[in-house]
Amino acid sequence: MSLRKKLLGTSVVTLSALAAFLIITVVILVMGTIIVGGKDAFTWEFLTSAPREGMTEGGIFPAIVGTALLVVIMSIVGVPIGTITAVYLSEYASSRSILARSIRFAVNTLAGVPAIVFGLFGLGFFVQFVGSGMDKVLTDSTDLRWAQPNILWASLTMALLTLPVVIVSVEEAIKTVPAELRAASLALGATKWQTIVKIVIPNSITGILTGAILAVSRGAGEVAPILFTGAAYFLPHLPGSLSDQFMELGYHVYIMSTQSTNVDATRGIQYATTLVLLLLTFLLNFSAIFLRSRLRARQIT
Amino acid sequence: MNTAKPREAKIAVTNMNFWYGPKPALRNVAMEIPPNHVTALIGPSGCGKSTFLRSLNRMNELIDNVRMDGHIRIDGVDIYDRNVDVVELRKRVGMIFQKSNPFPKSIFDNVAYGPRINGVHDKGKLEELVESTLRRAALWEEVKDELKKSALSLSGGQQQRLCIARALAVDPEILLMDEPASALDPIATAKIEELIYELKSNYTIVIVTHNMQQAARVSDYTAFFYMGELIEFGETKKIFTTPEKKQTEDYITGRFG
Repeated sequence: MSLRKKLLGTSVVTLSALAAFLIITVVILVMGTIIVGGKDAFTWEFLTSAPREGMTEGGIFPAIVGTALLVVIMSIVGVPIGTITAVYLSEYASSRSILARSIRFAVNTLAGVPAIVFGLFGLGFFVQFVGSGMDKVLTDSTDLRWAQPNILWASLTMALLTLPVVIVSVEEAIKTVPAELRAASLALGATKWQTIVKIVIPNSITGILTGAILAVSRGAGEVAPILFTGAAYFLPHLPGSLSDQFMELGYHVYIMSTQSTNVDATRGIQYATTLVLLLLTFLLNFSAIFLRSRLRARQIT
Repeated sequence: MNTAKPREAKIAVTNMNFWYGPKPALRNVAMEIPPNHVTALIGPSGCGKSTFLRSLNRMNELIDNVRMDGHIRIDGVDIYDRNVDVVELRKRVGMIFQKSNPFPKSIFDNVAYGPRINGVHDKGKLEELVESTLRRAALWEEVKDELKKSALSLSGGQQQRLCIARALAVDPEILLMDEPASALDPIATAKIEELIYELKSNYTIVIVTHNMQQAARVSDYTAFFYMGELIEFGETKKIFTTPEKKQTEDYITGRFG
């Protein structure tokens, strides 16, 4: 081997190792900065109490609960719709049909739409159109109940944003169910629907869970879609109904670092809130991974 | 062509043609398969024997872009008639696949799958059914203490017999077997063949096999397919000793295929 080739080989290896190292460094730096900055403010009281003194003191309990509620409602709506769409695409629609192709096109487009556009859409469609329609039908008074931002509209907007994630991962999971199992079920005189319910979905349940997890991680990290559709600047109590506004962790970090009365005084709270957001996401991911391995173990034995 | 005709045919095929897209797979096939006997379909790879088998319970319909004409009648009824419910047809015509494909469920749930989709949910009744079916498939003694265990923990041969049991549980009249023992060792194969022999008094069995000895051992009638055509069909004894066609003789004696 010539010297030139040797040098080229060595430099390629070095460069790719450096690139990989860069990623790890960035992660460590981000985590390190957040932990160092937030460790003093990160107390039990911080996690369990509401903000005080113009949000320069106190905790973030309402934001934690609000974020949890947001992703739960979002999942309840988004995961079934996404799963049903994925089942339709992979089991019923022929891959060449115009309908299937347009659904796929729509899913891909949806995945590429910026989050802020979802936020504006949620405001225009859910809050102003559906919400005011509901107010007209449900109440006689001119009070606004549904035609204002609330946790329901925010969750629905977030569900739309995360729908492509669910559809794609569930469809991938359904594709991995062996064709022989479907054939076996059909050959026993099962209908297509029975085969889907009894064979296809139970065997892709881990994929459906993965889709839900990915959607939740994505949803917990987005702020733009809830900006106009339900997130509250400051709300020291918890949402009591679907028509209430709510606090959210990501939004809380945003307002405290840009709109706070005293940005410097809240520095510790900002870091600690970010830390909580990250921990929440990790916790969700780990519990889902645990659930998946339990399910997988049950399938094998 | 020598068409054996003992009693009424269980399955009567006339003028059958089959295409995958523009490619013909079967040409002008006619055959009468007698009830309560084993009929073997033999021939080199790609000769159309598996296609023929799969069209007997309309499993070919799961493939895109296929076309068929001609008639396949079971007990005199054309199974491709638009009034025929394909789900009901597949309950009457069970199928065993080349690769054993038990569901990733317990042994019990595998056998109970068919009865359950037919609406049997009574626990006692299911238990009874599972036991009698596993006995018929000669698997009961081996698995009776581990019905709750995963079907995937069984050996290959046991898995295939479980698949046979699963098919028997919906009480079919006809069993289609697509090289059921091709992935098994000789002992497991022998057990499957023994089972086929026992089952034929109650079921009409059609089996695709690549193994000449197997065809000779288990079948009463043999059909030889070549390049999409049914070359010869008759009693196995006769096909294997005094075939009428040169091609049949060449294939059976191993000169090609």
